[in-house]
Amino acid sequence: MRRDLILRIVTKLVLPFILLFALYVHFHGDFGPGGGFQAGVIAAGMLILHSIVFGVRSTKHIAPQGLVEAMIPLGVLIYASVGIPALISGRNFLDYGVFDPHHTPHGHHLGILMVESGVLITVFSTMLAIFYAFSERGRS
Amino acid sequence: MNTITPLLLHYNYFITIFLMVSGLYIVIARGNMIKKLVGLSLFQSSVYLLYVSPGKILEGTAPIIDDAYSIYSNPLPHVLILTAIVVGVATLALGLALVVRIHEAYGTIEEDEIFDREKGL
Amino acid sequence: MTALEHQLPVLPVLIPLFGALLTGFLSRGTVSWLLALIFSWATAAVSVLLLVTVLRLGEPISYVMGNWGVPWGIEYRVDTLNAFVLVIVTGIGAVLMPYARKSVAFEIASHQQAWFYTMYLICLAGLLGITVSGDAFNVFVFMEVSSLATYVLIALGHNRRALLASFQYLIVGTIGATFYVIGIALLYLVTGSLNLHDIAGLLGDAYNTYPRPVLTALAFLVAGISLKLALFPLHLWLPNAYAYAPSMAAAFLAGTATKVAVYLLIRILFSIFGIAIVFTTLPIADVLLVLSIAAMAIASLAAVFQENAKRMLAYSSVAQIGYITLGIGLHNQSGLTGSIVHLFNHAVTKSALFMCLGAIVYRTANMRLTNLAGIGRKMPLTTAAFVLAGLSIIGVPGTAGFVSKWYLAVGAIERGYWPLVFLIVASSLIAVLYIGRFVEVAYFREPSEACESAYEPPTSMLIPILVLSAATVYFGIDTRATADIAAIAARFLLGGAN
Repeated sequence: MRRDLILRIVTKLVLPFILLFALYVHFHGDFGPGGGFQAGVIAAGMLILHSIVFGVRSTKHIAPQGLVEAMIPLGVLIYASVGIPALISGRNFLDYGVFDPHHTPHGHHLGILMVESGVLITVFSTMLAIFYAFSERGRS
Repeated sequence: MNTITPLLLHYNYFITIFLMVSGLYIVIARGNMIKKLVGLSLFQSSVYLLYVSPGKILEGTAPIIDDAYSIYSNPLPHVLILTAIVVGVATLALGLALVVRIHEAYGTIEEDEIFDREKGL
Repeated sequence: MTALEHQLPVLPVLIPLFGALLTGFLSRGTVSWLLALIFSWATAAVSVLLLVTVLRLGEPISYVMGNWGVPWGIEYRVDTLNAFVLVIVTGIGAVLMPYARKSVAFEIASHQQAWFYTMYLICLAGLLGITVSGDAFNVFVFMEVSSLATYVLIALGHNRRALLASFQYLIVGTIGATFYVIGIALLYLVTGSLNLHDIAGLLGDAYNTYPRPVLTALAFLVAGISLKLALFPLHLWLPNAYAYAPSMAAAFLAGTATKVAVYLLIRILFSIFGIAIVFTTLPIADVLLVLSIAAMAIASLAAVFQENAKRMLAYSSVAQIGYITLGIGLHNQSGLTGSIVHLFNHAVTKSALFMCLGAIVYRTANMRLTNLAGIGRKMPLTTAAFVLAGLSIIGVPGTAGFVSKWYLAVGAIERGYWPLVFLIVASSLIAVLYIGRFVEVAYFREPSEACESAYEPPTSMLIPILVLSAATVYFGIDTRATADIAAIAARFLLGGAN
């Protein structure tokens, strides 16, 4: 395990920057290419890199399988719940104007950001769950 | 010349149709399940082209509003195809997961070998 | 309109979607079942409310997502036909849920049960989404949502052949959905719209300018949806899928999945393209009639020779879908009414039959007909319910199946296709053979080893079975609720008032 010293150290150095880039892509999605979907894949890529270098078991300490599997529906739940305030206040489902009644575009902005956060969580956890499912296969 | 030019101008459709037909052919002709899924993916990808390529408007730029530009490409097909890509990825992932399970259950991913083992299916 | 009425069109999709997310999030066997039960019943309640509202208003209800106006935003558009299909799908789901607990607990490993209910609810949401959505691409997305959930439901069957059946269905289903989306692409290219109602308005002009793309689109759409609805000879995925899926999934899918695909076909042919393009320029009516007759005859015959009882019912489903498409091919008031009412009648009947088999599996763990000898003496109520629903498949007067066949026969006579009436009767006689085969095995033989220790299933399974099989008789006698609504929907599709 000691052999891949450079690989291990470089990986450790790169990991936070990958996460930072994921967050950049997420929050910059309003103004340029990007958004929760791409950010989720990049963030999941970070943990997948971690597990390739350090082993799946140590990655599962950081992101336990149960947590990852709970995050998949949680993200979609956030996505769908964003439409609920509009539903309750008598507007149509997914009308983000409700988040800022005085300035509709602001409301849309906020709504999309929340939706994208839900997307980020779901894509991130789905990617990891798929990776876990396949990496554990045939070993037990 | 006059009959060929319009055809050449629509070269995107020829690529689309070529991909479409070859994808479908792989799905039908190959017995290996992974190859079938590859063909299926190719077939789906051709549809992405069918949507996206007419969305490009000549001289048009990315649809982000800016005073310097007046012509924009049509963003709607891209949005649709983003969704379709996600659907395609999900289908492919599920298909591959099924192939893994089938391999565990039968020890092979060749359709004819599986049918030999399951006479009467 | 009250606040609730305003939100009604979106609720049938939202409620099961939220239910699926909650069951997936909580991931506990019994809790998941309870959640699925509550959410299924709530969905059924809003669907019935929606149907009542549509019938009262007498015109389609429109609902735009996120307040983005038509034709740019996604519109949910509900008329009598949609609402009726919603009630069919959610009704079957609601009746099935009490039955599901014991059946699923028996057939599916405990750590997968929560996921089973999650997938069931996603499938329900997808099917309802196809039904209410008025946006062509949105329909595609919901089609894939429901299909992906369906593949998982089938793959959860304990026999390894379930995996194979699921894989075959995945390939065929994806090709079908992709054909659909190619058709939509062509329509989008010629009309520039994805809103089905909007496309319908623009298509007349588009057809005059670009006749070939429009006809190509129609061909792709019909072929793709025909794969999904298992129109003969595109039905090969169906028998294995239904035979090896868990009983609860088979009962649900047999009643709903193909029905929703048929709904989509009706919507595309009648509401989007319109009778003028579909039935005058292309021989779609003739093709549908020929394939329907082939389905009725050949699939029924195939059912007679099946050894596995579930496969027998699956082939019978292909034949029954033939009846439904027959009515579409006739495209007159009576024929279309017959089709639409048969969506309901066949859903009820076939779900009842699959539920009976599920109960038999629960007690005997067996599906081979020869091993079910004497089951009628050991499980009298379940077998009686099976026979009652079987009579409806045959189309005996006084059962639901008779009502639909009557309308179809009248529709055929109105078109002047006398031989069709004889074919309808003849294929019913083949149904007598396969149902009769089950009756012979179940009642007139000494109990086999597998059935020796069998007895009636638990009450929670028995009551839904009895309710559904009683419904096949009830809707055969009292046709106000079904045939009248179907007639209204058919009149609307054929261009009359709603």
